[in-house]
Amino acid sequence: MSDSIKKSSPAADAWHVLKQSKSAMLGLIIIVFLFLLALGGKLILPHDPYIGSMAENFQPPSAAHWMGTDELGRDILSRIIDGTRISLRVGIVSVLAALVVGTALGATAAYYGKRVDMIIMRFMDMMLAIPDILLAIAIMAALGPGIDKAIIAISFVTIPQYARIVRGCVLSVKESDYIAAARLVGNKDWRIIARHILPNVASAIIVRSTLGISSAILDAAALGFLGLGVQPPYAEWGTMLGSGRLYIFNAPYIVVFPGLAITITVLAFNLFGDGLRDALDPKGKIR
Amino acid sequence: MPELAPLVQVKSLSKSFVLERSWGGKPTSVLKAVDNISFSVAKGEVFGLVGESGCGKTTIGKLICGMFSPDSGQILYDGRDITHLNQKERRSLCTEIQFIFQDPYSSLNPRMTVWQTLSEPIAINGLLPKSEIGKRVDKLLDCVGLASYTKSRYPHEFSGGQRQRIGIARALALNPKFIVCDEPVSALDVSIQAQVLNLLADLKDEFGLTYIFIAHGLNVIKHLSDRVAVMYLGKIMETAPKEGLSNPINPYTKALMSAIPIPDPNRKRERILLSGDVPSPINPGPGCRFASRCFAASPECSLSEPPAQEYEKGHFASCFNAAPAN
Repeated sequence: MSDSIKKSSPAADAWHVLKQSKSAMLGLIIIVFLFLLALGGKLILPHDPYIGSMAENFQPPSAAHWMGTDELGRDILSRIIDGTRISLRVGIVSVLAALVVGTALGATAAYYGKRVDMIIMRFMDMMLAIPDILLAIAIMAALGPGIDKAIIAISFVTIPQYARIVRGCVLSVKESDYIAAARLVGNKDWRIIARHILPNVASAIIVRSTLGISSAILDAAALGFLGLGVQPPYAEWGTMLGSGRLYIFNAPYIVVFPGLAITITVLAFNLFGDGLRDALDPKGKIR
Repeated sequence: MPELAPLVQVKSLSKSFVLERSWGGKPTSVLKAVDNISFSVAKGEVFGLVGESGCGKTTIGKLICGMFSPDSGQILYDGRDITHLNQKERRSLCTEIQFIFQDPYSSLNPRMTVWQTLSEPIAINGLLPKSEIGKRVDKLLDCVGLASYTKSRYPHEFSGGQRQRIGIARALALNPKFIVCDEPVSALDVSIQAQVLNLLADLKDEFGLTYIFIAHGLNVIKHLSDRVAVMYLGKIMETAPKEGLSNPINPYTKALMSAIPIPDPNRKRERILLSGDVPSPINPGPGCRFASRCFAASPECSLSEPPAQEYEKGHFASCFNAAPAN
């Protein structure tokens, strides 16, 4: 009850609900940990992730190499820590890029409607008709391999998902009385979209992008596995899986640990995203 | 009411909404929300619009404010034709015409504090220098009876009546001369209704405002209006000064007046009960809209539309079988 006296803003309310979800908090802790690893991982690397000795290749997990060594004798733990930076970068940058473009397209389509809506959304439908990974592979084939190109490919293929969500949300908000009121007091179109509509659809966008980070990381891993994404020797998790798959029967730890890293990261973002959805959903408001 | 130049004039305004289209895009089902309506509102006057739900009262208000564009007809504001304006011209009218919404729960942006809601109109129109906006917002809140410390709060922290006051303050923020009040009290408790109605009356006197006041209850309308128009299915049936309403001419107005509860159990009153439901406003036939339910209907009623006739000074009604005023 004492909380009701405190100032209550939508953001503070959402945090209050989010704190009570154990799984979301677990996800958040893992995400924070991953960010710390990405930023400061270089300081705690037990071994050099790129130089190994051939004499030490295919070593199972031991005190010296907690996760063993790979076919070139490189320490797998060090490579996974180094790969955190790459995976998070791919996940976040590609989601941000897709989000910005998708939001602009979706909001424009919904706000102006009619022909504008028709043209933008039919184009999005065309992109959605091609399987994501196939389209990404086609783009990678055109652009050539590399981490930046993987980011471009992944963000491009996910634009329609954001455009669709934003369009749906904007459509539901733009007919409300407060938007009519905003227009009546002299707001220009862009200001109505930016200041009145988008803040009211932000929760759906935030939830979708949190979940989108995990699928972008998965896509990047898949591209890496196929040899199209990040190129060796860079320690991207999917690339590590791809080059380790030849030895899966003799030295399973080569693929198990990068696989686990992907799984845990994706799981963390999904848990956090689900918690966010519950916290930001106005219907599920717990006081 | 002294005779003054009309501030708002509406001339044979019509608006219909297409509900269904055939495959070729031809409308097959059309709802005539507002059908050939004319009236004018003098400066400083409160013009009441009453009618059942769905009779087109709100549509008229929204047409005047440019939220819809009319199919035909003309709207004049201060002598200037504002029927079809581009966005820029429409924006320039925001310091003249404002709107108070019916539902105080959906008319405030849930993500904006009271301060943001009230300061935005002033800031984007550059009415005041930044340093003076704070004082102005405090004054607006004071006008509508809210404390100035509430301005950092979000709409969900207020009651319905308080929210409606914020909506009124927003309408006042730009110092308009004319406000369309779209059933501003119908979503509120009866105890709060009186407060908000008195507030609107006080503000009118203080700022010299002109209102179009839309409501579905005659008692609410009579409280505030100088002149009242009674609407039925997109048509105005009767227009009368407030006093003239107690002497209704059109049978529909008679039925409506007889439905007002009188707080006196001993007083006998004749209740006119209408049979049947409100007919569908979709694709109406010729003739008087009310003919199918009217107790005084004659055969000619369903053949052609009755024209408006003046029975007393300023008291117009459209009916073939109206008893002459006594």
